Amino acid sequence: MRFIVDKGRLIPEALAKTGKNAKPISHIDFTSSLQPTPGFPYSPELLSFLEGRQLLLEELPFSLHLIQTHYEHGYLFYEKGIVKTKHGWRCIRCGNEDGRFFASFPCARCHTVCTYCRKCIMMGRVSECTPLVASRFSFPQPRYLSPLSWNGTLSKGQQRAAGAVEHAVAQNSELTVWAVCGAGKTEVLFQGIARALEMGKRVCIATPRTDVVRELAPRLRRVFPGVPLIALYGGSEDRGKSAPLVISTTHQLLRFYRAFDVMVIDEVDAFPYSVEPMLEYAAAKARKAESSLIYLTATPHPAWQRDIRRGKRKAVTIPARYHGFPLPVPSFEWCGNWRRQLKRGRLPRNVAAWVLSRMETKKQAFLFVPQIDVLEQVVHIVKQWHERVEGVHAEDPERAEKVQAFRDGRIPLLVTTTILERGVTVPNIDVAVLGAEDDIFTESALVQIAGRVGRSAQHPDGDIRFFHYGKTRGMVAAKRQIERMNKEAAERGLLRTQ
Amino acid sequence: MNCLLCHTPYNPITSWQHFLTLKKADCLCAKCRNALLKIAGDICDICGRPSAGLKPSHHQKRLCADCIRWQADDEWKDVLTKNRSVYMYNDFMKEVVALWKFRGDYAVVQAFQDEFCREFYRHFDNTFLIVPVPLSAERLFERGFNQAKALAELLALPIHELLCRRHLEKQSKKSRLERLRTENVFHLSEQTSLQGKPIVLIDDIYTTGTTLRHAAKVLLKAGAASVSSLTLARG
Repeated sequence: MRFIVDKGRLIPEALAKTGKNAKPISHIDFTSSLQPTPGFPYSPELLSFLEGRQLLLEELPFSLHLIQTHYEHGYLFYEKGIVKTKHGWRCIRCGNEDGRFFASFPCARCHTVCTYCRKCIMMGRVSECTPLVASRFSFPQPRYLSPLSWNGTLSKGQQRAAGAVEHAVAQNSELTVWAVCGAGKTEVLFQGIARALEMGKRVCIATPRTDVVRELAPRLRRVFPGVPLIALYGGSEDRGKSAPLVISTTHQLLRFYRAFDVMVIDEVDAFPYSVEPMLEYAAAKARKAESSLIYLTATPHPAWQRDIRRGKRKAVTIPARYHGFPLPVPSFEWCGNWRRQLKRGRLPRNVAAWVLSRMETKKQAFLFVPQIDVLEQVVHIVKQWHERVEGVHAEDPERAEKVQAFRDGRIPLLVTTTILERGVTVPNIDVAVLGAEDDIFTESALVQIAGRVGRSAQHPDGDIRFFHYGKTRGMVAAKRQIERMNKEAAERGLLRTQ
Repeated sequence: MNCLLCHTPYNPITSWQHFLTLKKADCLCAKCRNALLKIAGDICDICGRPSAGLKPSHHQKRLCADCIRWQADDEWKDVLTKNRSVYMYNDFMKEVVALWKFRGDYAVVQAFQDEFCREFYRHFDNTFLIVPVPLSAERLFERGFNQAKALAELLALPIHELLCRRHLEKQSKKSRLERLRTENVFHLSEQTSLQGKPIVLIDDIYTTGTTLRHAAKVLLKAGAASVSSLTLARG
């Protein structure tokens, strides 16, 4: 679409009297300085639809004329979708600056060769001639009196963290909650969220994974029964709705703009947050200038760990699990050139022995492998010993069924790629990694894998074995991180004393 | 290099051919390239549908059941000389087309370059007038580009935009019968004489062949010698 400029205002070509000098929005220099005109009979439907969001014109089910009059009265503003930078382009919606993710095409809307962002294309194309529309108006927020209805108890470690979260919410400050796998991170948030809702604040919990959104939404609905809550992920029915409590995948967050007073980012270390600057950008864009930012993580990035140790980053740790038993510590075992063994159709001797002994004692186990092709080879070999052994990977169409079958105890051994490293909690299992030296098994991935073991109070222990062909820094750092957490837990008196 | 579709890094296979000629390395990783299934083997003489996998009752001799129906209808007999498609419209292709056409990721068209050109020269040559199936003005504005024209441009031959299209509801939401009954949405963009010229229509997907036959009819009326079509995928 093209705009013409009239007395410093943008007018869409379709609404202008002449099409002379019409240009794509990215080629126009303008400042959006219009302030809301008091007394303008605004459309509450449009403004509530757009509140706290930044959308494409196609995403707004309102006429261009209506949108334009709200713009002219200062109730909303247009922004360039793509801007030119010194080195190339930047997508204003998703923050992408990587030249490989830009392409151009002969655009029928602006009649120029128009550059667009391929990174966020799944949410509709943002190109040089695409305006982003955001609101300048916000409706007053309702306050909720004691919205929390939960009578669980927090562990000592959780209590301290919950206090810190509540403080951060009230003070609009930043905080990292470093909680080991199984510490009960979600409960730590309840108090802080309740406080925010009492103060009339808007809260967003962002997580990189759809599964987490789906799991978290009903839990929070139960403990905040009187508060409207929406869950946003690709294909969710709540899209386009608004509520004081939002749980969103980081992609859906891209449509928000200065919307939240409290931004909680779950599993900061998780793929893809740590490797996707887009999600960092989305969170920064979706929160208000004055807001609190809370990171929840089980395994912060090494650079963050350093910052935390040096006191540069405000953090609170929960080094002990909810049940108060120490974290099981992984052991390393060299298994030689396992890839060559697999090619010959067999597992390294110690790996085979480990697998067979789980089957004899009928203890369920996960076996993590680095790649899908390895997974297939391993499953083929192990199936000869026990036919109900299964393999599961990210693109497996039967993924959910297989995981459920494992939970029900129908599968003795599940061979898997790193997709199951977090989230899946099965009470009494052992875990092994074949090829722990692979690049995919980073420190945080290995800590998460180890975190699958000993989750329940009835079975707080289990075996974690990293089979490797050469120790890596990641393996050593993972083990050290777990041991350090156990030490801290003991020092702070958070462990159970028999 | 990163794959154009799945964005995972991969090492394109380079051979002496890439050094000695201007041939470019493949822009797709091996996995995505192999997931695009090319149509090969026995096909229906008219619509280019692969015969493999069809029940015997669904094809006779060299024609499929649909084309036999078309040929039995005096109004539609021989309107479309032949259609050829490059790929099967499998689940992967559906996803790719959705990304390209509906999400508007124009760059995806590069992935089809080599095979689309090869298929063109296998069945046609540069004596044919190349006519992309147009979009209505409204749809063109909505999408930002015409996917059929993007395909036609891959051929690096002159393109003749002879047709215009009226705006109607989306084709993909209609059944065959509904499509058949709709009146012709195409008309000539200018009064030109096509006396004795063979024409090849370019489009993205052949589903029932109604759109292409409607377009072909207009062109035959204007004096075209024959009208064939080349589409990216056969639904």
